[in-house]
Amino acid sequence: MANTENLHKIATQVRRDIVRMVHQNASGHPGGSLGCADFLTTLYFEILNHDSSNFDMDAKNQDVFFLSNGHISPVWYSVLARSGYFPVKELSTFRNLDSRLQGHPTTAEGLEGIRIASGSLGQGLSVALGTALAKKLNNDHSLVYTLHGDGELQEGQVWEAAMFASARKIDNIIATVDFNGMQIDGTTDDVMSLGNLKAKWEAFGWLVVEMDGHNFDEIIKKIKLAQSYTGKGKPVVILMKTEMGAGVDYMMGTHKWHGNAPNDEQLAIALNQLEETIGDY
Amino acid sequence: MKEYTYTETKDTRSGFGAGLHQLGKTNKNVVAMCADLIGSLKMDNFVKENPERFFQAGIAEANMTSVAAGLTIGGKIPFIGTFAAFATGRVYDQIRQSVAYSNKNVKICASHAGLTLGEDGATHQILEDIGLMKMLPNMVVINPCDYNQTKAATLEIADYVGPVYLRFGRPKVPNFTPENQEFKIGEAVMLNKGTDVSIFATGHLVWEAIKAGETLEAKGISAEIINIHTIKPLDKKAILDSVAKTGAVVTAEEHMLNGGLGDSIAQLLALNNPKPIEMIGVDDEFGESGHPEKLMIKYGLTANNIVAAAEKVISRK
Repeated sequence: MANTENLHKIATQVRRDIVRMVHQNASGHPGGSLGCADFLTTLYFEILNHDSSNFDMDAKNQDVFFLSNGHISPVWYSVLARSGYFPVKELSTFRNLDSRLQGHPTTAEGLEGIRIASGSLGQGLSVALGTALAKKLNNDHSLVYTLHGDGELQEGQVWEAAMFASARKIDNIIATVDFNGMQIDGTTDDVMSLGNLKAKWEAFGWLVVEMDGHNFDEIIKKIKLAQSYTGKGKPVVILMKTEMGAGVDYMMGTHKWHGNAPNDEQLAIALNQLEETIGDY
Repeated sequence: MKEYTYTETKDTRSGFGAGLHQLGKTNKNVVAMCADLIGSLKMDNFVKENPERFFQAGIAEANMTSVAAGLTIGGKIPFIGTFAAFATGRVYDQIRQSVAYSNKNVKICASHAGLTLGEDGATHQILEDIGLMKMLPNMVVINPCDYNQTKAATLEIADYVGPVYLRFGRPKVPNFTPENQEFKIGEAVMLNKGTDVSIFATGHLVWEAIKAGETLEAKGISAEIINIHTIKPLDKKAILDSVAKTGAVVTAEEHMLNGGLGDSIAQLLALNNPKPIEMIGVDDEFGESGHPEKLMIKYGLTANNIVAAAEKVISRK
């Protein structure tokens, strides 16, 4: 049984990292980052078979994760640093000139843990499918994981990729959708309704798992369930219910913190709600 | 004037197909994708012999481009094929982020470039693709002139690590360069040494430049003719050395003047050695349906146009 208490500790520190990172340059995307902190912490500390101390672009015999919604880079950078890909103190350079921690993730600066640039939405699922195909050709039985925003599913390319995956029977991928129902201009229902997402993915030939993205036991259980669905000729997607801004009360239940940074006073309130568990950067 | 002959005309896309076919036998990391145009791209033999290394993308070029970027993670060398219009403009953002900015080892193989696609008309006759691709950092842009050179370029880019845009076409054109030639990315090919004018041509216009050189010679004009098969990185030394000698320049390409080879050369010369220049290309307009040869005449992309440009630029010295 996984130590969910430890995961909670790490995720709380990750949330502190997120709000501090976006505060320092008054720039970045805290809402979705906070919402995905529990998932990414669990993925990197409990699920992935990976070697953070010896980053290898080709990831031979390692699981690979792609962040398609690159704007939630703060949570990914924090989780990568906290799991040993690069020094934690480097988080203090987020969005600075000459930093490896660009506003959106990139391979251009050689940051360990990142294998493709993302930011322009809708491309990550296709990229991940390519890597999944390469793994099959290489007889490498590890898995490819992705994360996508729900608003991102409005990009047509996602559905090109969804069709391709099932047609080509790519069954070594577990995609995850951050289903928080929010995007920059408002709720996804208001901006561009996603309709019945489960039915859409199923109609495209995917196996669908539904998951609460804020319950560590459930995250572990459901990802393991998704793993059990791999290798059966169909791609797998997890629809993960989350709350944008989770962990900071005033950022929850609204789309307003999608891409806004807290000021000094707001930062203090947020940090008050997030205990320093394993040490600030 | 050095004499150039040929025994047959062949399409450059078939040179690509032959190169890819050979790579299927010699390089196990080469994989291929196509967006429902296997026959048009002449990829049939690769597909037949390497079904496990070929991925049909269907009519979904954006997905194909990004899947290719993902295939490089794990050491594959993807060659993706479709018409130039869809290989570039349609998927510019995918190329920009997933391929060029991420510096992935993807080979974008684009057929039916330019006016010589012919009867399908302007929707398919892209004349902006070189400009789109050369603006991207990390991207190599290659536009070979005939079947043999396209085959050689196809083989060579498999060994080069990094994003490449390989542009070729539909019509049969004289196959005059040597079989089994060595293709050097970024190294221009001297076709004829001359003293009065430098003609820099790329793609299908290289043969037109040779014909123009013969006409100019009959008129007593000595033309230096250089095949610029790689538009990026540009062979700056070859161009500057030639212009230092001749002092007058004609560029020729089956592409828009804005963003094309002529634009690159004009920039190079403006910064280093400004000299009179005349450009053969399409001047800020879309193409139209028609027979390829008639289109080239109507849009002024023939040997005769190169001759006239050479005479004009010499008069401007």
